[in-house]
Amino acid sequence: MSLLSAAGLGVRQGDHQILSEVNLTVDPGEIVTIIGPNGAGKSTLVRALIGLERPSAGRIERAPDLRIGYVPQRMKVEAGLPMTVRRFLSLPHRVSDAEAEAALARTGVQGMGGRQLSRLSGGQFQRVLLARALLARPQILILDEPTQGLDQSGMAAFYRLIEELRHETGVAVLLVSHDLNVVMRASDRVLCLNGHICCEGAPGDVSAAPEYRALFGGGEGEVLALYRHHHDHAHDHDAHGDHHHNHPSQGPHHGPHHGDAA
Amino acid sequence: MIEAFVLRAALAGVGLSLATGLLGSFVVWRRMAYFGDATSHAAILGVALSFAFGLPLYAGILAVVVAVALIVAGLSGRGHQSDTILGVMAHSALALGLVAVSFLPSVRGDLSSYLFGDILAVGWRDVALIWGGCIAVAGLILWRWDGLVTATVNEELAQASGIRPDRERLVLTLALAVTVALSIKVVGALLIAALLIIPAAAARAFSATPERMAVLAVLIGAGAALGGVAASLSFDTPAGPSVVAVAFLAFLLSLLRRADH
Repeated sequence: MSLLSAAGLGVRQGDHQILSEVNLTVDPGEIVTIIGPNGAGKSTLVRALIGLERPSAGRIERAPDLRIGYVPQRMKVEAGLPMTVRRFLSLPHRVSDAEAEAALARTGVQGMGGRQLSRLSGGQFQRVLLARALLARPQILILDEPTQGLDQSGMAAFYRLIEELRHETGVAVLLVSHDLNVVMRASDRVLCLNGHICCEGAPGDVSAAPEYRALFGGGEGEVLALYRHHHDHAHDHDAHGDHHHNHPSQGPHHGPHHGDAA
Repeated sequence: MIEAFVLRAALAGVGLSLATGLLGSFVVWRRMAYFGDATSHAAILGVALSFAFGLPLYAGILAVVVAVALIVAGLSGRGHQSDTILGVMAHSALALGLVAVSFLPSVRGDLSSYLFGDILAVGWRDVALIWGGCIAVAGLILWRWDGLVTATVNEELAQASGIRPDRERLVLTLALAVTVALSIKVVGALLIAALLIIPAAAARAFSATPERMAVLAVLIGAGAALGGVAASLSFDTPAGPSVVAVAFLAFLLSLLRRADH
């Protein structure tokens, strides 16, 4: 049984349809990456999956008593709020000093319990967030743009750590990102999101898909915005036929109707 | 030999700081200063309502303050310009309250005691209400402490841990409304927000954890209440503003020490 699934999920905010017809499942032990440009609704999707955003259509199912380890995007700690790393690890459930130190050591920030959160570097902060997420003994880790502000090697190291954790504990991982290459190698499945799921499949298949190239461009240095417009236009007319959807059958599945393919 | 009115004033001030210190810390952490203003200014409207309809004073204030707090929390939760909405509500609530009071000659004479409080005039009944109410507020906050702090750090993080951020926000809103209603006789509608913010702001510099900051805020608030009452007696200054002035002094002293990292 899958840990987390969305079926026909739609989210509206006021007059804006942020997400529509999103189908998504995460099975135990799987690494699933959601990739998409800014404004594609990635964070809204994560908020909906953890229950902070009310769906306007479709439904979300979580395995009973699902333990989620969540690493938020660019969390800002209010300057008025004093918070040591050690105290933060005990939110909301108290953990022992030994557990806290073990989690910090596992994520490579041992001995930092006494530091203020506001004094950590970007990479240290992400590792502390990950340590806290691990203390919940999660069945699934949800990571929303976890490597923002990290340099290439920091990013690579962070994703390597995620892979190791999956290997050690069998935790499933749902990763949201817009940085591509480092992420994709680690993923079992990639979903390309731009308000809806444009395409889905193994990393190699997705990076070859025209929908993906339309969103992100074919190579380095291409201007994203140019392709965004083109892409949106093409997909506004989903009903008009499939000129963008005619790949060989071994290619990725295409949203929004890929749904139940195993 | 302490006179009874001084003892009552000291007890009322110390009791109140129990709630304002804990709650004020959240007001600082969540940037709710304007929200505190809007809520406390509405208390004047509550005073007018109580007198107009012959209700018990605290009941009228509590009803209006809870209503305004819920409305403001709902509005600012939704809109993007919550700062503006809160500003509009804070000042309009005060203006409407003052207009309403002008129709009630019986209150007009006492208006300044509702605006600035009169801690030296509190009765034993007030002291009992303040202690009862503040212990209830403090108990509520301590009971939900870890959830409240988690939701304050980050709402998504809280939600993923099974905490409902909207529920925690409601707890704080209601606790704030009760505290405002209890404070009016002590520091008055205009200075309640000061009692929430200043001790907590002063405590920040000496704190590495939220718990320490909250406890220090309570202690600083209690010290300010005692110091303010003493100053008011010695120098014949108005009591409510004196309490706030002493708290401000503590804040100035805290600036000498840089915040723990």
